[in-house]
Amino acid sequence: MSATDPAPRTAPAHTAPPARPLPGDGHSHRHVLVAIVLNRPGVLNRVSSLMRARNFNIDTLAVSHTDQPEVSRMTLTLHGDDVAVEQAAKQLYRLIDVLKVQDVTSDPTVEHEIALIKVHASDRNRGEVLTIADMYKAKVVDLAAESLIVEATGTEAEVDALIALLRGFGIKELVRSGTVVMSRGTGSIEEAVKR
Amino acid sequence: METTDDGPGRSPAATTGDSPRSRINHMPGAGSERAEAISAGRHEMLHDTLRKEIKSLAERGLKRPRIGADAVCESLLRQSAEVVFGFPGGVLLPLYDVLGDYPELRHILVRHEQGAAHAADGFARATGKVGVCLATSGPGATNLVTGIGNAMLDSVPMVAITGNVVSSLLGKDAFQEIDITGITLPCTKHNYLVRDPNEIPRVFAEAFHIARTGRPGPVHIDLTKDALMGVCTAGHPDKVDLPGFKPNLDGHPRQIKFAAQEIAKAQRPVILAGHGVLISDAMDELKELAEKAQIPVAHTLLGVSAMDETHPLSLGWVGMHGWKHVNKAIQSADLLIALGMRFDDRVTGHVPTFAPYARIIHVDIDPAEIGKNVAVEVPIVGDVKRVLRALIPLVEPVSRETRAAYLDELAEWRIESEKTPWHGSGAWRNGQLSADFVVSRIGEASNHDATIVADVGQNQMWAARYAGFRRPNSHISSGGLGTMGYGLPAAMGAAVGLPDKETWAIVGDGGLQMTSQEMMTLVQDHIPVKIALLNNHKLGMIRQWQELVYAGNYHSSNLLGPDWCKLAEAYGIPGFQATTPAEVDEAIASARAVDGPALIEFVIAAEQNVYPMMPAGKGLSDLLEEQFEEPKQ
Repeated sequence: MSATDPAPRTAPAHTAPPARPLPGDGHSHRHVLVAIVLNRPGVLNRVSSLMRARNFNIDTLAVSHTDQPEVSRMTLTLHGDDVAVEQAAKQLYRLIDVLKVQDVTSDPTVEHEIALIKVHASDRNRGEVLTIADMYKAKVVDLAAESLIVEATGTEAEVDALIALLRGFGIKELVRSGTVVMSRGTGSIEEAVKR
Repeated sequence: METTDDGPGRSPAATTGDSPRSRINHMPGAGSERAEAISAGRHEMLHDTLRKEIKSLAERGLKRPRIGADAVCESLLRQSAEVVFGFPGGVLLPLYDVLGDYPELRHILVRHEQGAAHAADGFARATGKVGVCLATSGPGATNLVTGIGNAMLDSVPMVAITGNVVSSLLGKDAFQEIDITGITLPCTKHNYLVRDPNEIPRVFAEAFHIARTGRPGPVHIDLTKDALMGVCTAGHPDKVDLPGFKPNLDGHPRQIKFAAQEIAKAQRPVILAGHGVLISDAMDELKELAEKAQIPVAHTLLGVSAMDETHPLSLGWVGMHGWKHVNKAIQSADLLIALGMRFDDRVTGHVPTFAPYARIIHVDIDPAEIGKNVAVEVPIVGDVKRVLRALIPLVEPVSRETRAAYLDELAEWRIESEKTPWHGSGAWRNGQLSADFVVSRIGEASNHDATIVADVGQNQMWAARYAGFRRPNSHISSGGLGTMGYGLPAAMGAAVGLPDKETWAIVGDGGLQMTSQEMMTLVQDHIPVKIALLNNHKLGMIRQWQELVYAGNYHSSNLLGPDWCKLAEAYGIPGFQATTPAEVDEAIASARAVDGPALIEFVIAAEQNVYPMMPAGKGLSDLLEEQFEEPKQ
């Protein structure tokens, strides 16, 4: 989108006109958006309603308030091409309660989610489960005769991998928090909205 | 209120000044009511000033405590919103109980809440001020929604106020309770649910600020009955504090420089002027840019009247039913300068076929519009007026001679386009009255100075094509939502907003049957709207599509209507009828002579189509044109 390269689209005689490209390259991939919003009733509804109305599918959404009680922070993950996700961010900006939106997909970040996985584990195979959990730096937080709860943290991909391995033992229950993310270094996304 | 029939030059300042615009009275002169309204609206949009001081209850000689309903009235007056279109209901009665204490507020009782919303919309478009509508909880509120959605799609500043049940009953499915903030959430710029009377002053200040600032839009305020009845001690804030709402008004200087470079390089540039030009009051800047670089100006449906159509550089209306020569110009352009428009599908058609040789400069105040439908080379986020003011000095002047070959070619296309049979096909269309003739006669008779409000459908297309628009904001039309029934109530709002301008509603028999009850409002509130009913006894645009796209399968497009003159007279509105060309001018003159509202039923050809037409899914180069039969005289 630079004006420095003219690339004239002049009309050559007797040839079909060039097709105008549609916005976006159509290469869908995972994006992580951080939205700083006012902590007001209905703000979650506004964000989710907008994403639905604009035809975006949210993969995960995590919300909590920040160090400033009147400000909340949302982490959204969704799939789409770069232009489509940029459009989603711009639409979010139109909401009065949204203070800042940043696509941190290609930034250096710490990205984590937490999962609690209740797995079948008897005396016979408990050791195996524990070994796998240990390899993924997961903790066992509850133990019962026929099952245990593994608490795992890590990126979405790491948690996916652990779940895939534990599936063989039989997963009774699974809950995931959705991704939360923070940029590395001293910079702060919330800096701009400190009041 | 009276109609003014004395043609141009009625505004005293219009005759002063040397610019061609002021000579031909396109812009109201300084000192006129219209000019004040524009400058007030503009000022409100860009600054948050402390509004007028309002008399307190004690100063009004009242001994009762100040309640939430008083705070509502004070807020409206502080925001210069002196006109409210409303309809009462149970939970709103506390407000109607105090309205009489504020004689400065003019409440216009509509006959249906949809009429209130459209009237507020028409008022806002005609004046540039924020329109206000008012409805009760439940059905009153849901009836507003169509009008709110209409304002949202067309970026019209509006504050919609609804009542709701007492807050202790919220969520209990109380009588006339509906989750109206949940319903309006996706079709407003912002909405509020207020349960505390002390929040009313702040919420109203914010709502008006949001509605008119940046890209305008509707804001909805839902007030519980106890918020209206409770004692209010809160004062009115001097300014609003909205950290999440800071629209960018000035374009980026680097992008503006790029735009100037693009313009310097272009051989076949076209300006595409949209509603944003009118909203930001950038008509003079548009003309200046066009003249300085000799760039022809095309406009979108809502951009109609942004430039005097008789200006040599005014090209005409683009899009699905726009002029063929304009669409050809877009398709052959090497640069589009899109100002305050959003590349709607009715403008672009099938995007891969749109303006295939053109690079695009896109100026819009809403960043989300940039790159939404069409990829652009030079995006500029900002207010059109401010961006143009920064851009014009950087643009190299171009002489008429330099562009002669290009402009002559466009002129040739124009002659060809206007010679074709669908344009000015004469007064007759296969032995019946032709709609384009009727519309052009109304334009002529009102000296192209009246506010012309269209409904939706064929009448809307004929109005935009043939009425001839010369004064900014003299054309009002439901563009984005395409709301049938819009014409009459919106004309009502426009006429209330601009009482010194003649107001015509150009409507079809389908749309008028949706909101004809507002004729009674015209009478009760002495609103002198002239209704031009183009009666083809059809849902004309439906019939046209069924003829051209659905192989003549005319299902549900034949429409019975009442005896319109009798109906009008039953409301107390003089009704006239014209069935032959000879009767048209006389009927228009008779209606204009009425001091108050009037209706003319023009019985037009039943099967006249709007041509050219871009079929759905096709591009601007694939226009359907009329297979013409010799007119019978």
